[in-house]
Amino acid sequence: MNSWIVTYLWFVPAAPFVASLIILTLSNARRRSAAALAIAGQIAALAMSILAFGQTLQTPGFRVVQNFTWFTFGEQALRLGFVFDPLGAAMLLMVALAGLCIFVFSVGYMAEDKNFTRFFAYLSFFSGAMLGLVIANSLLLLFIFWELVGLASYLLIGFWIERPRAAEAAKKAFITTRIGDMGFFLGILWLYGRSGTLLFYDRGNGCLESAGLAMLGASATFIALLIFCGAVGKSGQFPLHVWLPDAMEGPTPVSALIHAATMVAAGVFLVARVYPLFSLGPINGVTPSLTVVVWIGVTTALMAALIAIAQADIKRVLAYSTVSQLGLMMVSLGVGGVAAGIMHLLAHGFFKALLFLGAGSVIHGCHGEQDIRKMGGLRRLMPVTFFTYAVGMMALSGVPFFFSGGWTKEEILHATASWAPSHAPYYLILAGVVLTALYMTRQVIYVFFGNPRATAEHAHESPRAMTMPLIVLALCAIFFSVVLTPAWPWLHGYLTGEPVHFEIARLIQPMLFVSLVLVGGGVAAGIWIYRKAGAPERDRPAEIDPLEYAQPALFRFLANGMWIDELYDRTVIAFSWASARLSDWMDRYFWDGLVRGFGAIAQLFGIFTTSVGERGINAGVDETTVGTRGLGRLISAAHSGQIQTYLGAVAIGMLALLLLYAWLA
Amino acid sequence: MVGLITAIIFIPLVGALAVCAWPQRNGRPIALMFNAISAVCALVLWRNFDPTSSGLQFVERHAWIPAIGAEYLLGVDGLSLLLVLLTSTIVPFALLAQPVPGAGRAFYATMLIMQSALYGTFTAQNFILWFLFYEMSLLPAFLLIKIWGGENRDRAATKFFLYTFLGSVAMLLSFLGIYFAKGTFDFAALAAFGKNGLLTGKLAWLAFAGIFVGLAVKVPLFPFHTWLPDAYQTAPTGVSMVLTGVLSKMGVYGFVRLLLPLFPNEIKIIGPWLLGLAICSIVFAPLAAWAQRDLKRMIAYLSINHLGYCMLALFAVAASPVVGATIDMQAALSGVFMQIFNHGITAATLFYFAGLLERRRGLRGIDDFGGLMQRTPLLCGWMSVAMFSSLGLPGLNGFIGEFLIFKGSFAIAAAFTAIAVIGLLVTAIVFVRAMQSLFSGPLAESCSGFPDLLRSEKLVIVPVTLLMFAIGIAPQFIFNIFNATVVQMARLFG
Amino acid sequence: MTPTLQAFLIVSTALFSIGLLAALSRRHAIFILIGIEMMLAAANLNFIAFWRFGPHHQPPIGVMIALFSIAIAAAEAAVGLAMVIAVYRHYRTTNVDQLDQLRG
Repeated sequence: MNSWIVTYLWFVPAAPFVASLIILTLSNARRRSAAALAIAGQIAALAMSILAFGQTLQTPGFRVVQNFTWFTFGEQALRLGFVFDPLGAAMLLMVALAGLCIFVFSVGYMAEDKNFTRFFAYLSFFSGAMLGLVIANSLLLLFIFWELVGLASYLLIGFWIERPRAAEAAKKAFITTRIGDMGFFLGILWLYGRSGTLLFYDRGNGCLESAGLAMLGASATFIALLIFCGAVGKSGQFPLHVWLPDAMEGPTPVSALIHAATMVAAGVFLVARVYPLFSLGPINGVTPSLTVVVWIGVTTALMAALIAIAQADIKRVLAYSTVSQLGLMMVSLGVGGVAAGIMHLLAHGFFKALLFLGAGSVIHGCHGEQDIRKMGGLRRLMPVTFFTYAVGMMALSGVPFFFSGGWTKEEILHATASWAPSHAPYYLILAGVVLTALYMTRQVIYVFFGNPRATAEHAHESPRAMTMPLIVLALCAIFFSVVLTPAWPWLHGYLTGEPVHFEIARLIQPMLFVSLVLVGGGVAAGIWIYRKAGAPERDRPAEIDPLEYAQPALFRFLANGMWIDELYDRTVIAFSWASARLSDWMDRYFWDGLVRGFGAIAQLFGIFTTSVGERGINAGVDETTVGTRGLGRLISAAHSGQIQTYLGAVAIGMLALLLLYAWLA
Repeated sequence: MVGLITAIIFIPLVGALAVCAWPQRNGRPIALMFNAISAVCALVLWRNFDPTSSGLQFVERHAWIPAIGAEYLLGVDGLSLLLVLLTSTIVPFALLAQPVPGAGRAFYATMLIMQSALYGTFTAQNFILWFLFYEMSLLPAFLLIKIWGGENRDRAATKFFLYTFLGSVAMLLSFLGIYFAKGTFDFAALAAFGKNGLLTGKLAWLAFAGIFVGLAVKVPLFPFHTWLPDAYQTAPTGVSMVLTGVLSKMGVYGFVRLLLPLFPNEIKIIGPWLLGLAICSIVFAPLAAWAQRDLKRMIAYLSINHLGYCMLALFAVAASPVVGATIDMQAALSGVFMQIFNHGITAATLFYFAGLLERRRGLRGIDDFGGLMQRTPLLCGWMSVAMFSSLGLPGLNGFIGEFLIFKGSFAIAAAFTAIAVIGLLVTAIVFVRAMQSLFSGPLAESCSGFPDLLRSEKLVIVPVTLLMFAIGIAPQFIFNIFNATVVQMARLFG
Repeated sequence: MTPTLQAFLIVSTALFSIGLLAALSRRHAIFILIGIEMMLAAANLNFIAFWRFGPHHQPPIGVMIALFSIAIAAAEAAVGLAMVIAVYRHYRTTNVDQLDQLRG
């Protein structure tokens, strides 16, 4: 017996959508109603998600599908639908809960903003689209929501529209993700053409079920890779990751909700959702498409972690960290650890939202300052923020036992270590773990330790509306580890549908020591390198980073994101712009020139015919006219008007006739 | 219901006379009133239309000039009805656009004559009658650009006229050739011949080329498009709206109604080349749009791109050597019909907004504005909706047509369709860039006195935008109009 | 001496020539009219002569034609005189040299 909410699943995304619509019609002044509406919509969504989630606990492998016909073209029905299964349920819960925290946080953070109502309308809109995305049972419906979250992201990055940089970043995000989406779109078309349906599950006829998969054949690899293009764009994977750090121009709650916890994870979710397409083929689960996923993930994870070390903006550090973590999730999916990847996604959603909100709190406290080199000593001025941030930092670094990120990272390492084709991803990820611990330590030291510098001296703790969500999220990050421990891997069992046993022995494994050493090493290295960060040291000025002091060229290379933006500017963008100019030029001068050329030929012909007409025909006609006129004058002279003349003429004529007669006779 | 179509065609003509006879200089109220009457007739037509029947309905047939096979033959199928409804929507919308300086009664009378010709074009089922209406729409368009256009109007109007007129002449000659061979001008009868090859040898190719050029100019298809940016840029806003919203559809309509049924074999032979032209339209037009600074010229180029999608799908259906599956044919054709309607509405709305901006600023270069979002949030918001609709955002009308076009074309001509995706991407770039320079950044000095959307403007914009949302979210009511026609055409072309 | 056709024709030719001369040379409209009447009389004479010397000369035919012709000539003379009077009233002259209104 299903609860009503499982049958009417679309109520979940509908609630925030409705809230968003109502808020859009409110005037700018009605800030309280706007916030109340948005939060009410989100609470409704969360409540319904919990209700629905309760249903999934009862049976392993729970899956409910609600399909409907969107429209009929010709004789063909295009069907969409909603699906509710553990993957969707877990995502739904995470999105609704993290979303709610961030909504509440925004009430405090955006309190001063003059477009407060519009902000909440956008946030609710995003939330609705994201909730719809995770329960879509059709690749097309998923794509629709996918584009809508992209739109929300565009609107929210560019929310402070008067700032040219924000508008630029919004444009970049929209276009970069759209590049990936075009691949995704082609993948959808191909899949639709091959399997004849875009429904994931449809009583055995869906494209992810055996009958549908059987129709794909060799094209499955290409379809999977095209769909992966969309994931690369949305989840900020190399080479389309460039938009995500720039997206930090948006308000911090936006960065937390969209560009850390939920939307950017949609790419990972997408790969997990259509995983059967990726893994179609060999039994051992190593397919060309998954191999690509692994290597893209590894590249992204390592590269972003390296770049994060050299960032000065508190949010950009977190942004690159997000990119890196998303790469890690991709690796996990690629090597076959779907559950591990999704678990990391969920855990990451909470602790990264926590970190971003913490960063928001810091920025708020420092009156808008985002440069970590100008902070320092905040642990005493902003204690709540400090403790919650520390929890987030340890979760992200992967400190085991008490923090959610530790266990999920462990799982991913396990999965990667056992990947048959190569061990290289495993070792590269281990390096990534060290780097993660290192850059997080650096950031925490810069922000919270040492003596307050510059603006940080007047920092203050944030209001309760902001600290409460921090505390809730921090508790989530800690308690979440309970359902993740290998001793009782409840979440793993929930996602995979396998039975779960409690076994304490599994808690202690060799991998645990490896990661303990690596994380410890990373943190220690961070503490050692940055022990005097922000203060002068020997001949190093205070504002210079110790690493920059040691390796200026390398540091600059990393600080500028490995010059990838500049590379794109000089190549892809320059090329596109040049072809645009060329098209315009061709149009104005070549094609139009051809037309004008034809016109000129016609004109020449005209001149020719004119001259022929003037000189030849016209002159001839003129002569004829003149002759005719002379003749007329001659004849009219005979036309005297005197009857006798005429009569005489008649007489002469008669005489002539008589003579003629006589002569003939 | 006999005579309903005739009524729809002639009401605007009566309106034109009434506008001329109207004592006041402003003919707009009268023109709008007659538009409302013909719109009501169109709605009655829709109401009584049987969506399950694929044949012609409401047929009116009278002898006209029997000696040359000319008949007064009117009738609608799904496609015709769709276009009649589109005309009924766009023309009043255009009349409500930014008032044209110096437009008196003559302007509105000319618009009404053009509307009548458009109705006629979409319902005539005999070539002579069709051609009469087709040409009858050309002259008012020429006059509207020539007399009431902006800068460079003489040049643009002449170019427009010569281009389309030469195309028409080529088409007329081709049809005379067909008539001498087959002895009929009836579309249905000709289509029946088409299946087995209408003409043979060189004559067939000559006739094909003539009709092709005539229609390709009208659509316009690359490389016959160079008249379009000039004409759309120069024409008054309302006229641009009708030009892009309805007139360009005459070309697509001609392709569906004439070229594809009459020359299936010829099209198959040069299929890849035709697809290549469509791809050029799709890729080069938005690239050129990217380089434009004039808002109207930019929208004009994007119109070429959007109609390029229609051409892609039509050529994929008719020109590809591979015979597509029924579902793909139906998807492609449905997509084309949907796109015709959607593009009409969306592009007209974009021109409308360009007119609103021009009216406020006096200029319309995208660099002439800045930071509008701070001053006129409503204007920006609604205009963004139109832009997003045009770039194919799901949830708005543009997506439905484009998705079906791509779905159908990809299955039949995968490589070409894959290239066409570049067009989608560049369109997005163009719009996002335009939004950036118009709406965001610090408020430009010159824009600081702008009023936001006025009540009269809202009254126009809101219904149209709601229509976009309605089609984007629940498009079935539009599909119902032409589903039976699609099925029948897919069978014909398949 | 038996009258012959030739003699009649000579007389009628003479009569016609005199009439023609009068019609062409006189300046007065009435004289022109009289000249025309003379030519008509010559024609009537020819009718009678050709009838009388033709193969079938039954009594009424030739005479009747001549009589009709004379009646028509009378009517024509009446009309002609009336026109001459009308012209005179209009132009105050009957000198045909001054009457060139027919000139195009």
